[in-house]
Amino acid sequence: MTLAWIGSLLQAARPQVVGALLRNFRDLDQAEEAFQEASLRALKHWPVNGPPRDPAAWLIMVGRNAAIDAVRKRARTDPLPEEELISDLDDAEQVVAEQLDGSHYRDYVLRLLFTCCQRDLPATQQIALALRVVSGLTVTEIARAFLVSEAAMEQRITRAKRRIAEANLPFTTPDAIARSERAAAVAAMIYLLFNEGYSASGGTAQIRAPLCEEAIRLARLLLRLFPAEPEIMGLTALLLLQHARTPARLDTDGAIVLLEDQDRNKWDRDRIAEGHALLQKALRHRRPGPYQAQAAIAGVHAHAARAENTDWSEIDQHYALLEQLQPSPVVTLNRAVAVAKLHGANAALDLIAPLADSLSGYFHFFGVKGALLQRLGRADEARVAFDRAIALAHTPAEAAHIRQRLDQLMRASPPDPS
Amino acid sequence: MLYAILCYHDENVVNGWSREEDDAVLAKRACVTDRLAAAGRHGPAVRLMPTTAAVTLSMGKEPVVLDGPFAETKEQLLGFYLLDFPSLEDAIATVREITQGETGKMEIRPLKLFVPGTLPK
Repeated sequence: MTLAWIGSLLQAARPQVVGALLRNFRDLDQAEEAFQEASLRALKHWPVNGPPRDPAAWLIMVGRNAAIDAVRKRARTDPLPEEELISDLDDAEQVVAEQLDGSHYRDYVLRLLFTCCQRDLPATQQIALALRVVSGLTVTEIARAFLVSEAAMEQRITRAKRRIAEANLPFTTPDAIARSERAAAVAAMIYLLFNEGYSASGGTAQIRAPLCEEAIRLARLLLRLFPAEPEIMGLTALLLLQHARTPARLDTDGAIVLLEDQDRNKWDRDRIAEGHALLQKALRHRRPGPYQAQAAIAGVHAHAARAENTDWSEIDQHYALLEQLQPSPVVTLNRAVAVAKLHGANAALDLIAPLADSLSGYFHFFGVKGALLQRLGRADEARVAFDRAIALAHTPAEAAHIRQRLDQLMRASPPDPS
Repeated sequence: MLYAILCYHDENVVNGWSREEDDAVLAKRACVTDRLAAAGRHGPAVRLMPTTAAVTLSMGKEPVVLDGPFAETKEQLLGFYLLDFPSLEDAIATVREITQGETGKMEIRPLKLFVPGTLPK
């Protein structure tokens, strides 16, 4: 048994084990330390004895013992026997395993996830904390993905943990309503985490892609806790369908390749197939929601072998539903792209005209507006919109993309020198 | 004698593998399975999607569709079909039709990979 294999077993067991240990110790740091200790012992014992039948149960047992042991040592009393001397570890494992199968396990893991999603924690702290505590990424890895110094990230995580300790989230078993509220908060955090990774481009894209992988892993975990919840199926489907495009989204220089220009042969067919399967399951429930609607839109794109085969009227319908479910100017802006394809650029401009105030600081608003004006041959107005977009661009790749459009304009109709 | 070899593992672990780790496992196995394929002794092989992609039809007077994989321990795996459908809806309808009037469970899980194999007809 190699260390890499043990590493993947430990990583897979982590949410359950830390969740159960947190229930035990009621303290995040202590639960993490106990997991750490149990992992060290696993690295010592598993290569020799082989992995236990139920790694999670083994780690929980050993983690508990190690922590109690430490407390006793501090109290200068007799230490507990080493775990290899405990003759009934197998039976004890069985008991823990049975508990884990039941609803307890679900609430432990959900609580651990929800712990990271306290409402008053800023989104970036929620995500950083989930990556540290649930996914088990090191502070160095998280700092790298967020493009900040290790010290800054360490401080951010410490602060978030302090806020959580102060919030004093109860350990009582949640009722059905509380459970579904927790699930929704966790889903929102996973969605943000994915977008952190997905919105990256240029030199940082490679570094941040693991955030998308991690978000998918957490979404699958949440879906196993709520196997019949269509919005969580929708969320998981959405992330898989979006991430499927990753290999085609950036060119070799790290510049953004628009959806319609992407080489669709590079899309990941496995992720698309799984996304479709989940979306079909979700739609059977006939309980629409924003994640399902967004997944359906991504699904229509994934279905089109070539950009010109895209079913824009279906996309427009999904956006119309999304506007109802979650009204937002950004949704309307996205819908405008479908409307332009269906009814022309003028109709799309009419649709986005009322958004001018609410999106006056939004890069994509001016990008879309400029492109529509350009299509209508209104070059001067298009230029104004593109200039504004460049001023609002967040990444060099965004700005570079708009500059390309400006170059096109320049070639087609040079600006009036007057 | 034809044998069905059923693969069990913790999907949290397997889904956590990187593409390189996954490829390495398949390459290691291929050393043996390629030999069988060349000898015409390798039947169809499949890789299933994660259990989260499954639904389970619980048969009976009024069959119920449950989200998720088959998870009871009372019943045993006795066989399986590989069937092609345009949608999950069609799959469920047809499995209902096949198992009309029976009891037991049918898990419906999409495939991730299908290898047709080399068995002679």
